Amino acid sequence: MTTINLTVNGKAVSVDVEDRTLLVHLLRDHLNLTGTHVGCDTSQCGACVVHVDGRAVKSCTMLVGEADGTSVTTIEGLAQGDQLHPMQAAFRDNHGLQCGFCTPGMIMSAIDIVKRHGGKLDEATVRHELEGNICRCTGYHNIVKSVLDAAGRMNLANAAE
Amino acid sequence: MYQTHYHRASSIDEAASLFAKGDDAKFLAGGQTLLPVMKQRLAAPSDVIDLAKIPALIGIEVTADRVVIKAATTHYDVATNAQVQKAIPALAALAGMIGDPAVRYRGTIGGSLANNDPAADYPAAVLALNATVKTNKREIAADDFFQGLFATALEDGEIITQVSFPVPAKAAYEKFRHPASRFALTGVFVAQSKAGDIRVAATGASASGVTRVAAIEQALKSNWSAAALDGVTISSDGLMSDIHGSADYRANLIKVMAQRAVAKAG
Ligand SMILES: Cc1cc2nc3c(=O)[nH]c(=O)nc-3n(C[C@H](O)[C@H](O)[C@H](O)COP(=O)(O)OP(=O)(O)OC[C@H]3O[C@@H](n4cnc5c(N)ncnc54)[C@H](O)[C@@H]3O)c2cc1C
Ligand code: FES
Ligand code: FES
Repeated sequence: MTTINLTVNGKAVSVDVEDRTLLVHLLRDHLNLTGTHVGCDTSQCGACVVHVDGRAVKSCTMLVGEADGTSVTTIEGLAQGDQLHPMQAAFRDNHGLQCGFCTPGMIMSAIDIVKRHGGKLDEATVRHELEGNICRCTGYHNIVKSVLDAAGRMNLANAAE
Repeated sequence: MYQTHYHRASSIDEAASLFAKGDDAKFLAGGQTLLPVMKQRLAAPSDVIDLAKIPALIGIEVTADRVVIKAATTHYDVATNAQVQKAIPALAALAGMIGDPAVRYRGTIGGSLANNDPAADYPAAVLALNATVKTNKREIAADDFFQGLFATALEDGEIITQVSFPVPAKAAYEKFRHPASRFALTGVFVAQSKAGDIRVAATGASASGVTRVAAIEQALKSNWSAAALDGVTISSDGLMSDIHGSADYRANLIKVMAQRAVAKAG
């Protein structure tokens, strides 16, 4: 057992866990943040994507020890009170989800994509950059629409700041 | 995953001594290969020694003649580094084609080379650009480093510290990606050094891992152009045959990817 200290959604947490614990299991099983999902055993589906020190990574492919001392944001950390993050709002408005299993990972990856590309985002780039996130329901069409819509809203929000 | 002990090393020497203390230790860099294998219980190291936060293993240095990438530098940092994009654009582009964005944020060049997956991308760049792999013990020439499927010249406990690439006159990489895994079904890196030497390496194709392709090197020596390869036939002997593609298909892909790469290199 090792004590892991990290910041999750802005709150400092300290948890005693086995060294073999993956970050996703720390979030889900120890902190009850079950919005982050596990969709595969092979690091290929992206359902588990969270932000670690601002980068969108697969929390199923990171040991807790590697996450010690970092700042993690999960899907639960995006909304400000009742106000959804623009990416969450865009997924709702554009029917960017059906069963919703892939959605938390999609949203965390999508925010990272918008941050990296800013206003230069186009459909082909979104499709290419979402390669690490698999959806079995939507056929991706409305997901891509949601990301492009949110990119506009996020850039407007930045411009207003 | 089986039980293991995690250690975060703060220096190369500390990593080497932690490794020596474990019964069956393994180094961990980005974890994008080792952790999936441990999750499937195909590896069960007693100890994992994390190299990813050792300052001496992170960073990129570019001079007029060489691009030096420290071992724990991520694929993302190589792909987006403006100096690498300028000195060896093919190398930055290759790093940007590995896996998906989340994999590129964590995966490292040292991990990719130490693992030497037969379909990995970096080995093709290292071999075609005639790079030198430096470890905590010695320097290893590209031609000596890769020794077959998942096999390298590294000794037990040896740590890759950096990879030094000579800046070529021309180079390009073309990859026919497996659409699901995103690894190379076949990828070809072509390079012409400033002294005029031509080296071509193929990944994803040979059953013995990354290899140079003599027939293509020969043809490009007399005429550096995609058309020079029209008459070349690549033998399918020793190439992989699996559900994704037969050896003959891969032999043809080597030629087609080489032609596209030469056209791209200009
Ligand atoms: C979904 C997915 C898609 C991928 N697609 C591609 C792809 O298209 N192309 C591609 O090339 N790769 C691909 N990869 C693999 C990825 O590039 C890995 O990052 C890379 O193979 C291993 O690097 P790592 O830093 O993650 O190493 P780790 O997984 O941490 O380690 C791998 C091995 O290298 C050893 N090691 C690590 N660093 C050192 C060092 N400095 N010295 C000595 N030994 C060391 C470890 O002990 C271990 O045995 C993919 C991976 C995933 C999960
Ligand atoms: S659970 Fe599938 S990539 Fe993490
Ligand atoms: S909405 Fe069901 S998996 Fe994407």
